[in-house]
Amino acid sequence: MPTPVLALEGVSKSFGAVAALRDVHLELHAHEAHGLVGENGAGKSTLVKILAGVHAPDTGTITLDGRPLRPAGPADARAAGIAVIYQEPTLFPDLSVSENIFMGRQPLRSLRRIDTALMRARAAELFDRLGVRLDPDRPARGLSIADQQLVEIAKAISLDARVLVMDEPTAALSGVEVERLFAVTRSLRDAGTAVLFISHRFDEVFALCQRITVMRDGRWVSTDPASALGVDEVVRRMVGREVSAMYPRQDSAAGAPRLQVRGLTRRGAFADVGFTVHAGEIVALAGLVGAGRSEVSRAIFGVDRYDSGEVLVDGVRLPPGDIAAAIRAGLALVPEDRRQQGLVMELSVERNTNLPRRWRLTRGGLLFGGAERRAAVGWAQRLQVKAGRLTDPVSTLSGGNQQKVVLAKWLATEPKVLIVDEPTRGIDVGTKAEVHRLLSELAADGVAVLMVSSELPEVLGMADRVLVMHEGRLTADIPRARADQETVMRAATGQAAAA
Amino acid sequence: MAERIAPVRRVLGSWDVIVLLAVVAVATVGAFTIEGVASPRFWRFVALEALPIALIALPMTLVVITGEIDLSVASVLGLTCTVMGQLWVSGVTSLPLLIALCLLLGAVLGAVNGLFVTGFGLPSLAVTIGTLALYRGLAYVVLGDRAVANYPREWTSSAIAPIPGTTIPWMILVLAALAVVFAVVLHATPVGRALYAMGNNAEAARFAGVNVRLTKFWLFVATGTMSALAGVFWTLRFASARADNGSGLELAVVAAVLLGGVSIFGGRGALLGVLAAVALLGVLRNALQLAYVPANTLTVITGALLIASVVGPNVAGMLRERLRRRRSTAPTATPTT
Repeated sequence: MPTPVLALEGVSKSFGAVAALRDVHLELHAHEAHGLVGENGAGKSTLVKILAGVHAPDTGTITLDGRPLRPAGPADARAAGIAVIYQEPTLFPDLSVSENIFMGRQPLRSLRRIDTALMRARAAELFDRLGVRLDPDRPARGLSIADQQLVEIAKAISLDARVLVMDEPTAALSGVEVERLFAVTRSLRDAGTAVLFISHRFDEVFALCQRITVMRDGRWVSTDPASALGVDEVVRRMVGREVSAMYPRQDSAAGAPRLQVRGLTRRGAFADVGFTVHAGEIVALAGLVGAGRSEVSRAIFGVDRYDSGEVLVDGVRLPPGDIAAAIRAGLALVPEDRRQQGLVMELSVERNTNLPRRWRLTRGGLLFGGAERRAAVGWAQRLQVKAGRLTDPVSTLSGGNQQKVVLAKWLATEPKVLIVDEPTRGIDVGTKAEVHRLLSELAADGVAVLMVSSELPEVLGMADRVLVMHEGRLTADIPRARADQETVMRAATGQAAAA
Repeated sequence: MAERIAPVRRVLGSWDVIVLLAVVAVATVGAFTIEGVASPRFWRFVALEALPIALIALPMTLVVITGEIDLSVASVLGLTCTVMGQLWVSGVTSLPLLIALCLLLGAVLGAVNGLFVTGFGLPSLAVTIGTLALYRGLAYVVLGDRAVANYPREWTSSAIAPIPGTTIPWMILVLAALAVVFAVVLHATPVGRALYAMGNNAEAARFAGVNVRLTKFWLFVATGTMSALAGVFWTLRFASARADNGSGLELAVVAAVLLGGVSIFGGRGALLGVLAAVALLGVLRNALQLAYVPANTLTVITGALLIASVVGPNVAGMLRERLRRRRSTAPTATPTT
């Protein structure tokens, strides 16, 4: 093989105690489209950010055309010839298409005036080369995401990019738009650009790429010619790890239906989602990032409205978009973003714990310090929250203890239905096991638990049933006995609809 | 980390005590050095001057704690004055009816603010700068340059009547009662807990079942109503309804709220500190006036004091915020793909 255009050698990157990339190798060649696949959290995005110059690797080397590359920032990486197309490009909405392409390096006339005519002509020339029809004069505002990506690609070409990195570019595109994007990408590839294509859609990866690299848990797993791989083999490599003993799932008999969701639809986010969670049951909602799982749980809880469908708790219909009513009906949501949605970081542990049920702690409409203190102490002890004082701001606690406070605040409402969205994201292993034990106990007490999780081992270890979402739709309802990593991954990537 | 924050927090937590002590200090020093400060007349005058500011500062404290602001309060006061005058001229002669109509007007004006802020999601700073001009303009539409001054003597004198046996105006008792109501709401009810929560993080408050928009809407209604009440008092105290009544008063109110230790960014502050700040500014201003400090110097002194005192707690807060930011911008432990 000829020397690669871009080569990564032993690249590692850690964030605090979490190793996002460990000793990763990757070689991109001219005239080649290279597919990169992996589960959520496999380290693909970190890799992209390193190539884009957003992060610097802790160890390892990057070489571009045989020369070492250590970009000091995104501008550096771009100047060196690496262009990155993101899922959702960020153009200046009020500037014209041609101004966006030549932002910061506009062709100039005398007296440093911008030569708009030349800029427009060059933009038109770029679009001709790409074989697309876009008006260089129109403002970027209102362009479809597909067209915005084309503008980004035009920018990349105008910069003579050697490497084109595409991070899930097709996630928001329709079939026709994907075809057009692929046609453009192929012509660039054939002209000599090295393409790194990241996608969850295997059909696209196989349609576009000559070689495929699989990553898992921040590590390089394999690189093989696409022709030597099948979809099954790729899935197996993506998930190939064991379920550890972190999941103390005790069996509990499923009781009456507690949470019923029927035909829930919000345009652009999810469609016709329907399922039931029974008392004593833990149901996992699995799927890839962007499949609409968090959106569904937010809609159930009333954070977002929905266009049609209904949500029932113990047979009683919830008014849409009314969180307070959902809480009164016995719903609780431990949200995905602990710092922004789960907690008021500046307020004390006590105030946070008592916030959702503040009305229930009143006597004669008033709150008394003693009652608030006692209520918070009880839950803090039950969940073993390690905090200096309960009057300390919750921001002074560790991530795991913060998550315990979030759990405490919702368990304190004595919910009938508990929705947990990524309940163990970013917390240490010990606390993780505690959270799992807690969820298991709650189910045994008759709470219906709906668990959104991107971690397959957690899903398989904890759930009585696994619901799988793919692109806004429920694609599978798999009982515990038949749930394994491959079945879930297949449904999550829209491969086969397991019954 | 907790150890490092603790002293700052302790100072902040007792900020209202510091302001209270400052009132006592200024009064004591004034009483010994400036002739007249020790007299009951002085305190009566301070009370009358501080009353409208305090009335508006009560709801304003709650508004600022939620992270919003209402700059239209003085214009609501002015518009209320002119409408009250016009109604009186047009033959509404029942004082209770006049007061009720004025309060209703204030509630409606506040509701307009609230609607723009919560219904259309506009920043309250921009909205209330707009209504500051709009309401003041309407006040001129109602009365033009005229003044309505021919109210019955018993009305005007009862507005400033003292508590029997003292020189303190009885309206102070009304203020005290309202202050207790606002303090209890803010510090000892679920509503108050929600106000602090939404001021710090509106999204997390919403996820905990707080109806952020509805709560803010009612706060703007409360601010409008209390401004109208201050307008009624203003009209009767000066026996004069004019379109320029109370012009610029919003700055005095906001100054007192901030000097009282309420964070302009929302989420922090207490009512006691705000009331103490109203008193401090009133005492200082009047005492210096008695000391024949020229009006211009007076303005400079109060302005400088304001900046110094507002900067004080906020610099402490900002330092804390910066420390917090530095910690939270440390790489997060969850790379997602």
